[in-house]
Amino acid sequence: MNLWLDRLFTYRQLAVGLVIILAIVLLGLVGPLFVDVGGAKVGVEIPDLTPSLEHPLGTDTVGRDLLAVIIVGTPQTLTIGLIAGVIGLGIGTVFGFVSGYYGGYADTLLRGAADVFLTVPGLLILVVIASSTKGAVNVQTEALVVSALAWMWPTRTIRSQVLTMRERSYIRVARFSGTSDPRIIVEEMMPNLLPYLAAGFVGSVATAILASIGLEALGLGPQNQPTLGMTIYWGLYYTTVMRGLVWWWLPPIVIIVLIFVGLFSISAGLDKIINPRLRSTT
Amino acid sequence: MALEYVLRRVGVFFVVVWAAATVNFAIPRLSPADPIKEALLKVTSMGAAQAGMDVLTRTFSERFGLDQPVWKQYLNYLVDLAQGNLGFSISFFPARVGEMILVALPWTIVLVGLATLITFALGTVLGAFMAWSHVPGVIRVLAPPLLTLSAIPYYLLGLILIYLFAFVIKAFPLGGGYSVGLTVDWSPPFLVDAAKHAILPALSIVLADLGFWALGMRGMMVTVQGEDFMTLAEAKGLNPGRIFLRYGVRNAVLPQITSLALSMGRVVSGAILVEVVFAYPGVGNLLYQAIRSFDYFVIYGVAFMVIVAIGVATLVLDLLLPALDPRITY
Repeated sequence: MNLWLDRLFTYRQLAVGLVIILAIVLLGLVGPLFVDVGGAKVGVEIPDLTPSLEHPLGTDTVGRDLLAVIIVGTPQTLTIGLIAGVIGLGIGTVFGFVSGYYGGYADTLLRGAADVFLTVPGLLILVVIASSTKGAVNVQTEALVVSALAWMWPTRTIRSQVLTMRERSYIRVARFSGTSDPRIIVEEMMPNLLPYLAAGFVGSVATAILASIGLEALGLGPQNQPTLGMTIYWGLYYTTVMRGLVWWWLPPIVIIVLIFVGLFSISAGLDKIINPRLRSTT
Repeated sequence: MALEYVLRRVGVFFVVVWAAATVNFAIPRLSPADPIKEALLKVTSMGAAQAGMDVLTRTFSERFGLDQPVWKQYLNYLVDLAQGNLGFSISFFPARVGEMILVALPWTIVLVGLATLITFALGTVLGAFMAWSHVPGVIRVLAPPLLTLSAIPYYLLGLILIYLFAFVIKAFPLGGGYSVGLTVDWSPPFLVDAAKHAILPALSIVLADLGFWALGMRGMMVTVQGEDFMTLAEAKGLNPGRIFLRYGVRNAVLPQITSLALSMGRVVSGAILVEVVFAYPGVGNLLYQAIRSFDYFVIYGVAFMVIVAIGVATLVLDLLLPALDPRITY
């Protein structure tokens, strides 16, 4: 336990990131205890109120309490990131291991696919998919759509790690002693790749949240469930920036920025664990 | 070997274009509700585009040959695309999608292209200095906040910039590509006006992307500095400025160019929303308007065009790279 505390202090960046993300998760969990989240529905409150004690962030043009919208919307956005991150890491792990461990045609195909998807502007593909299903999108389907973009980085990082690891002596020993391939992958390689898997997961979550907010800001998110991106879409729709309605457009941006800064710190912190050479130079 | 590489790379380009075209063809047919039919119904029910409706419907029936087998529809579609025919806009019939994109494209190319190049240059210089031991303290203080900025999506930074510099201090216009009432030409007053409108959107791209380039360059510089020839150069007593530029930067900068190819897609995706936020008359805004008015052919056309454009850009960079960097062999 003490060792872990020590490490947390050593890896300050990782700790800061974790605390930020935890705080944002808590906002969604604890918020409903203090704020009436029913106010997040259209037409419940009086429209276009400026901030007051009753509505700390005011209300929007269709009568939603904006604080309630943030409290309901933040966990939704995080959920999208979590679902798509798990799917992205899952696909990435399978692809990365198949491609790196078995090689051959599968490797050529999977590596090519990952490279192609990395250069193509993913948001455009998502726009094409999402605009064809417009109106029928909810948080879960949006997460599925977005996860189409979240698998490439994990595939690449895991593949390159597996490639070097495959030639290490302990893997060779395991293979010579007749251990089956799946068993080598799960029991010998996976545990050593844990930091990479964690970094890959954080990366997928960040990609997914970024893509989901992009889609939502274009108006392609769930129409009747509040999310952070949809709040920005409505903010743009009603030209709130140009009207100076700071309490409307700024809070979702602050939360989004905090999410990204948090995820960024976590992945930078993980990087330092993976790659000790980075530690001395910062 | 070289020829094989060129052929393979050109092959990949065509696969990407073909895949993008096929996705555009397949998705409207896979989705449960036919978006094309729906959109046409919607337009007719609103009473808009009545005059063009006959032609439009006929064009669609012909284009998709609704009575023909799917493989034939698909072939016709590919032939059309190869001839650069992207079809008609639903909202602005009889405007062609290709023409609408051509009007919007120069705005995007100038804005995003210039902003990307500026960011690339600034970030690379900054990153090189960050890894250099003779660096003035100012740059080390500057680095962390810049890296944090890179974690923020471009367009959200854009919203904050609009508020600060166009709403609070009225130094720049709130949005648009040029002032209302000006005609688009090459006259100096128009160019000055257009530049004034481009500064804030460009700034949001530069600020949000600077950290990415700086970080990449710094990483490469750190690696290069561990090389033996750097130690030798120091032992020879070469002047540090010369070591930095001719030995360090020169070797570290090439992978940055590879990143330039990879990041092209990222920049374009981000810039779509920058254009939306600033109501900038480029391709991104065209896409946004099309989404809002269910103009599916414009959506698919823009997506296809941008994918092709980025494909060409990465292809050119990939083909140039082995010529630039002798360490790269394929």
